[in-house]
Amino acid sequence: MSEPVSALNHAGFDGLAKVTECGLHGMITLRGDLAARAVKAAATGASGVKMPGPNEVQSKGDNALCWMSPDELLVICDYKDVRQVLDKMHKSLGAAHALAVDMSDARTMFCVTGSSARDVMAKLTPADLSPATFGPGQIRRSRLAQIPAAFWLEDDQSFRIICFRSVAQYAFDLLCTAAGAGSDVGYFSAAPIRPT
Amino acid sequence: MSKRIATQGRLIDRSRALTFTFNGRDMRGHPGDTLASALLANDQMLVGRSFKYHRPRGIVASGAEEPNALVNLGTGPSFEPNQRATTTELFDRLKARSQNHWPSLEFDIGAINARLSRLLPAGFYYKTFLRPRAFWKHVYEPIIRQSAGLGQAPKDRDCDTYEYFYATTDIVVVGGGIAGLLTARSAAQSGAQVLVLEQTAHLGGRTPVDGGTVDGQPASAFIDALLEELRAMANVTMRSRCMGAGIYDHGFVLGYERLTDHDPDAAGPRHRLWRIRAKQVITATGAIERPLAFAGNDLPGVMLASAMRDYLINYGVMVGQRVIVATNNDDAYRTAIALKEAGADVLRILDARDSGGGPLMQKARELGIRIDCGRAIGKVRGGKRVKKVKICAQNSSGGALEEVSCDAVAMSGGWSPVVHLWSHCGGKLLWDDGAAHFRPDPARPPTGADGNGFVSTAGAAHGDFALGDIVAQAHEAGRKAAQAIGMKPKKHDAPIAAETREARLLPVWLMPAGANIGLRSKAWLDYQNDVKVSDVELAAREGYESVEHTKRYTTLGMATDQGKLSNINGLATLANSLGTPIPSVGTTTFRPPYTPISMGAIAGEARDAIFQPLRCTPIHHWHEAHDAAWEPVGHWRRPYTYPRADEAHADAVAREIKNVRQAVGLLDASTLGKLIVKGPDAGKFLDMLYTNMMSTLQPGRCRYGLMCNENGFLIDDGVVARLDEQSFLCHTTSGGADQIHAHMEEWLQTEWWDWQVYVANATEQFAQIAVVGPKARKLLEKLGGMDLSAETLPLMAWAEGEIAGIRARVFRISFSGELSFEIAVPASQGLALWTALIEAGREFGVMPYGTEALHVMRAEKGFIMIGDETDGTVIPQDLGLDWAISKKKEDYLGKRAQQRTHMASPDRWKLVGLETTDGTVLPEGAYAVGEGLNANGQRVTQGRVTSTYYSPTLERGIAMGLVLHGPERMGEVLEFPGTDGQVYHAKIVDPVFYDKEGTKQNV
Repeated sequence: MSEPVSALNHAGFDGLAKVTECGLHGMITLRGDLAARAVKAAATGASGVKMPGPNEVQSKGDNALCWMSPDELLVICDYKDVRQVLDKMHKSLGAAHALAVDMSDARTMFCVTGSSARDVMAKLTPADLSPATFGPGQIRRSRLAQIPAAFWLEDDQSFRIICFRSVAQYAFDLLCTAAGAGSDVGYFSAAPIRPT
Repeated sequence: MSKRIATQGRLIDRSRALTFTFNGRDMRGHPGDTLASALLANDQMLVGRSFKYHRPRGIVASGAEEPNALVNLGTGPSFEPNQRATTTELFDRLKARSQNHWPSLEFDIGAINARLSRLLPAGFYYKTFLRPRAFWKHVYEPIIRQSAGLGQAPKDRDCDTYEYFYATTDIVVVGGGIAGLLTARSAAQSGAQVLVLEQTAHLGGRTPVDGGTVDGQPASAFIDALLEELRAMANVTMRSRCMGAGIYDHGFVLGYERLTDHDPDAAGPRHRLWRIRAKQVITATGAIERPLAFAGNDLPGVMLASAMRDYLINYGVMVGQRVIVATNNDDAYRTAIALKEAGADVLRILDARDSGGGPLMQKARELGIRIDCGRAIGKVRGGKRVKKVKICAQNSSGGALEEVSCDAVAMSGGWSPVVHLWSHCGGKLLWDDGAAHFRPDPARPPTGADGNGFVSTAGAAHGDFALGDIVAQAHEAGRKAAQAIGMKPKKHDAPIAAETREARLLPVWLMPAGANIGLRSKAWLDYQNDVKVSDVELAAREGYESVEHTKRYTTLGMATDQGKLSNINGLATLANSLGTPIPSVGTTTFRPPYTPISMGAIAGEARDAIFQPLRCTPIHHWHEAHDAAWEPVGHWRRPYTYPRADEAHADAVAREIKNVRQAVGLLDASTLGKLIVKGPDAGKFLDMLYTNMMSTLQPGRCRYGLMCNENGFLIDDGVVARLDEQSFLCHTTSGGADQIHAHMEEWLQTEWWDWQVYVANATEQFAQIAVVGPKARKLLEKLGGMDLSAETLPLMAWAEGEIAGIRARVFRISFSGELSFEIAVPASQGLALWTALIEAGREFGVMPYGTEALHVMRAEKGFIMIGDETDGTVIPQDLGLDWAISKKKEDYLGKRAQQRTHMASPDRWKLVGLETTDGTVLPEGAYAVGEGLNANGQRVTQGRVTSTYYSPTLERGIAMGLVLHGPERMGEVLEFPGTDGQVYHAKIVDPVFYDKEGTKQNV
């Protein structure tokens, strides 16, 4: 039995922000009617995390539920627990119409952290990253330059990003370029968060 | 002469000196200089040659509107043409060269064009180069390219990097002058998030040069305090060196930030392209002074009055010692006063107005400057710089009253608001008769999706020129913009500026008003494209009434400066020639960007490794380490073949094929699309998507399927495996996964929204490895974990289990005609399985094989390939795939289209095998010719090659093609003329060349 290896095997870079490929995570795509009791129960029961609203992430420990679209959730758990969680979800779903499928290996997760993290990300994604509209607990499905990506904030200076595994190197190179020396924008990092 | 003086120079740091070269000559400047101010400080009046006549040209402006002072900047990988000296900040060791001169700036052969100018009128190209037709490409164009044109194209790779930045904000203010800053303040005081873009390195605009008093303080002190206040506001961001380049629909604003142009050795990107979304945009873009159209107004030393004032006050550069000022308004008096106070000899102010100006004229007179009212410049004389001015009455044809020696001329024809950004997205203009300019019409702004205006204007860009009006209007503009986005502005007092009353301007479109043709043909409108008053008049006489047509015919305003100085003068000249009012002629269209932006900024970060995403399979690095030759498939890179040492690709492919046919080969098939389709209606859904029946497939079994679009054309194919009662796994082509996923979602979301089906794209979840060849089973049995015997896992079945300790799905499907297992494992263990297979397979002679071997082997078996046998116009019936089209199904996507007469025609070209009579390989894409010519006089064709290869198995060329009535013409020999001059002969045969009975795969 060989050890599973993530696309970039924990590659890292220190620049304006710290960029890390953060290894394998259990990821289950759940498609279904998010208002249906069986679907909600399957998601929350298997992960132990509260149901997120639109564009939201809920998390507890290593587990998280990400709202991906009006009929799609992403269930995040430990990589080695994924079969167990999936089985639990299938049991909980019973005959309800839904699709729960293991996507852990299809994706790569990155962390971008530091006081310039927002500035680095805003070079690559057209999503509005203003603190007033995008804070911890929010998730966006958008793009990083030429590839689709989803990302959320763990705290005000820490992004989690997921993209397809095949473009992991491109995503990493992009993030490192955006975090390159001498390219600080100082747009978000210089301006204190506006009091609301 | 032009020189640096000891006083003034508020923007330069005299404590430090910078060295630079112009045409190889060493010069010195100071930090804070622009290249233009530094050139002038070194008495470099001549900076370039004009586009068409190669006339000597000097610096005429001090900002983005400069038409003449364009230089080739830098060398090698940092070389860039057409850089404006007036907006290029000086840095140490800057290297600039003038443009459009040959052999040298001082002596230019092309200047002969100026002597021939009577032969080069407007529309010269159209009139002269029309005939003979062939001459354009071979004679005229090469000559014109040599003699015209400005900068040279760079030859080296750009050594710099670039990036984007996306920002979303409430209000963008374009322009960081006093109006922009006050607008930003009042908007921010109202609670809005504000982003100010200023194209120059300095916030504050030109008010510190022009002077005045605001709230009892000198204007420059007021601005300093204002900047301090804005910097402390958390909701205000100000970016200098960042031009608002364009305004587009939906509040999209493009900003162009020049990060290291002024400091090329600094780390980081050179330019940053800001892609901004704003709820409201305020353009506070100021105004541009207009030149006066008099003969010789293009000589070096003739300059806009405001520019001469800028060079003096901002950079301590006095452009002339003996200056004549020509004007039709009061503002130019400020230049005369500043020059006089700095010690220059202001010889005359020629005021075209009979009654002269207001208090500023009074002040000039008190300083002892001679003011001649109702006077004009008849002609400026000189070669490479101004020497003399002939003075005449404005209301004359140019008869000189006197001639005065001087070394510089300051001119002012009034000011035009910079309406470009307002106009980019549809803002309309008003003609202001009093000020003789177009200004934004606040009643007709650019409108957003809700029908409301999303752009407003402030300051001079609004059409206000008195400081008092500017500060009051700008303050209000900020409040209004904030209100427009739902803020509730608190009461803050507007600043109050002391008024300087100015007398009314006299519109002067030609100086003198009745200038004769000799003078008019030396009076320039567009400096950069060499368009004169006489050219526009000629165009009008020749019937060009529309300003857009005149622009294109004369090239007025079509140069890199887009007519910033020439537009209004040009269309006024056209209006006069046509005898119509100016507003009825109108303006040409203002399009972004405001000034040219670098190609690098547009490309952003996308270069080198991140030019484009490269998709890598989990086994990619192994392929790379084993010297794979790559083939791009979509964004994937797939190994084409694995050549050894000196092996030619063709030899490597042949080796790989023979090895698969005789032993065992491995193919990385991870790129195959893998779509999971699940739900109670999944079977019904797939029956609609595929031409054959999928709902009858049993769990544990696989079926090959064809997918057509609603027009009946084949779009994809692949093997479908039924996972369980409600779930199917649909394999698609490597390039088709995303499109087919989207295709499924589209039908589910738009047409069959009530069907209970979910789709997920699991392509990248799995690494998929094809283990192919007579020894494939032995190899897998050695790794162990699953019963893969023919009885347990027959052809077209699949099973789940473990191989080499890795959870796997094994599909018994074959695209090569050999015994074949496709093994899907989690992507994170793909490389582990691959290396295990390579290790364990050594004793069986395992080799990896690439896409070319895959292609050849499928062609040997007569299997079609999407993209080879299909091209978007081919239906399954063309390919003899009728067996895969269900006759039982009531409907499937494409069924109805395939019944249309043309689709059902027996004359459609059909798939056959082609075998050259001499064993050679048919050329790719070759056509089979028939007898005679078609209606276009071309040779009749009756078929074409879709795939052609050398088959190492059969040791001859094999091909497939679509041929008219092909299947009925077995044995017939067709002619295929090649592009190499040879004619190839090929016999029509069955497309299955190898193992027709299929015994080899079914063991």
